[in-house]
Amino acid sequence: MKDFLKKREVTLVGLIALLFLAVSLRSPAFASLGNLTDILNDTALLIMVGLAQYLVILTGGIDLSVASIMGLSGMCAALVNKLDPTMPIPLVVLIALGAGLAMGAFNGTLVGLAGISSIIATLGTISIYRGAIFLMSGGEWISAHEMTEGFRMIPDAKFLGVSAIIWYMVLVVLLFAWFMNLTRTGREIYALGGNKTAAKYVGIKDKKVNFLVFSLSGLVSGFAGLLYVARYAAAQNDTASGFELATVAACVIGGVSIAGGSGTVMGVVLGAIFLGIINNALTVINLSPFFQMAIQGFVILAAIVANTIMAQRSERLALARRVL
Amino acid sequence: MEKTNINENRRFDLGRDFRYRIFSVLMKWETVLILILTAVVITNSFLSPYFLDPVNLLDTTFNFSEKAIIALLMAFVIIAGDIDISVASIVALSSVFMGMASAAGADAPTLVVIGLLSGLAMGSLNGYLITKFKIPSIAVTLGTMSLFRGIAYAILGDQAYTKYPEGFDFFGQGYIGDSPIPFELVLMAVLALGAGYILHRTSFGRQTYAIGCNLQAARFSGVPVDRIRFQIFAVTGLFCGLASVLLTSRILSTRPNIGTGLEFEVITIVILGGIAITGGEGTMIGVILSTFVLGFLKFGMSLLNVPGRVMNILTGALLIFAILVPMALKGLRNSVEMKAQKKL
Repeated sequence: MKDFLKKREVTLVGLIALLFLAVSLRSPAFASLGNLTDILNDTALLIMVGLAQYLVILTGGIDLSVASIMGLSGMCAALVNKLDPTMPIPLVVLIALGAGLAMGAFNGTLVGLAGISSIIATLGTISIYRGAIFLMSGGEWISAHEMTEGFRMIPDAKFLGVSAIIWYMVLVVLLFAWFMNLTRTGREIYALGGNKTAAKYVGIKDKKVNFLVFSLSGLVSGFAGLLYVARYAAAQNDTASGFELATVAACVIGGVSIAGGSGTVMGVVLGAIFLGIINNALTVINLSPFFQMAIQGFVILAAIVANTIMAQRSERLALARRVL
Repeated sequence: MEKTNINENRRFDLGRDFRYRIFSVLMKWETVLILILTAVVITNSFLSPYFLDPVNLLDTTFNFSEKAIIALLMAFVIIAGDIDISVASIVALSSVFMGMASAAGADAPTLVVIGLLSGLAMGSLNGYLITKFKIPSIAVTLGTMSLFRGIAYAILGDQAYTKYPEGFDFFGQGYIGDSPIPFELVLMAVLALGAGYILHRTSFGRQTYAIGCNLQAARFSGVPVDRIRFQIFAVTGLFCGLASVLLTSRILSTRPNIGTGLEFEVITIVILGGIAITGGEGTMIGVILSTFVLGFLKFGMSLLNVPGRVMNILTGALLIFAILVPMALKGLRNSVEMKAQKKL
């Protein structure tokens, strides 16, 4: 099983290299350092929220509300910044984090404590959170000139020549890698997704774990929402709409099983980078951006089918070995 | 534990306990829906003098007939324990195909056929991927949701089809003869009767419930699980094609973002109608009642100038409420049943 998982990431790296080579042969500008930094800058958010989604998918659920949490916490932060430009930036960051955590905890309460299926609960909270953005903003945009310089620099400030958003991304990835692999709770999440009944019998509290994963997903999405709004210098009703699909796609391409219980942090990161390169390549080779969604859908489907076939084959192999 | 020990005889006694029977009728979700519907109608007619006008009420059904038609099949999908979140994208891509055909000079009947067939083809693709590769329906339809709408965007970009032939507007805008009864409403009613009959009176319907209750057990009892699930997804696609014909004919324009968010509204109708998301439970009457509850609620709010985004908050809350309440009721019913047992 371990060999198989390892192979998955190797395949993905190979695919990324192939894609990379093909696009840079077509247009050499693609491989320039500037463009590569752009790709990483654009993909950083997808990696972060993809990891949040990965956490939920591991337990066998799905969080469709991540994009609306991004929208609402981004709007909270931008609104606070607009109303009181003197407020220190760390406080604004805390507000976004708090808003995200609160929304995630609300999802967690519905799914974990009340026992509602995650897809329905988060479908419901999407419209609640999006509606709340409308109520807060009155349907108005908050645009660049209403944000302070400090606010807009949250993702763009440079440290050692690399923009802050990439540092945040690295930090989130490291935290996730640590949490999922080296803590007891992280392993409990895997166990719960792998076999719920067995996990319960060994004493894992499924309600608590469910509540936790949704809260964490909200927290990360809240932070990503702040970065999104500051980076694109606009907070609006439809901030990040459709992003939830991209996060699920990153997970699935990265080999996370939609049924729960398997997948790695590295896989999700590679899956997100794969999508990021495709999106960037479309503009570089002058293909209409309207193709982006269709290609994304096709890649999701192909990845899901590939995942399933590979899982079924390894299962059959394991079975054959047992028979022998 | 005690609940499993009731023998047939005591069950019978329990059924004759008058108070218990009243209670169990009251505790039915359909009864709750009728009460909510009555409350919605009464409140709305107090709030606005325009609400209780028969012509207005009939005309407002235009706003939810298409969703209701998809909801009829979504009920089958969810009862079988699956979900289809690609319905809105199927509607969009079918509409784009009709627009292309119309631009090429096709007449109205041909457009209808194209709409229906493209819906059927997309639904069949969903069903094929789900049953052939044994992939969870949420994963497949998540992918096709983005694929179908993506193709719609790839074809249309920021353009729109707005030229449709003479007579095409009847399907989405026409009335029956000179009466104020919309064609869409009649079509919806006929399809609802058919869907109710198939779900509750045929072996296909019973097998759908069996799959949703326990897929493995159904398979071992000889239910052709994969064939039935494939058929349900294929027909869901067909009905999305039909909804697309009605919607396109009603607004006579096709943009790639047509019907965005429709899947959410359809699922809300079905879940509010008392179909359990875990499968195997619910009735068609509930779905139809909840169609009207949501439709009239929105109509009333629009008369009061409530913005759409705010309506969405309410629908979202209602969706969650619709799941929490039956769960609480079930708990209550169990405890009352236990009490009734103890008394016997």
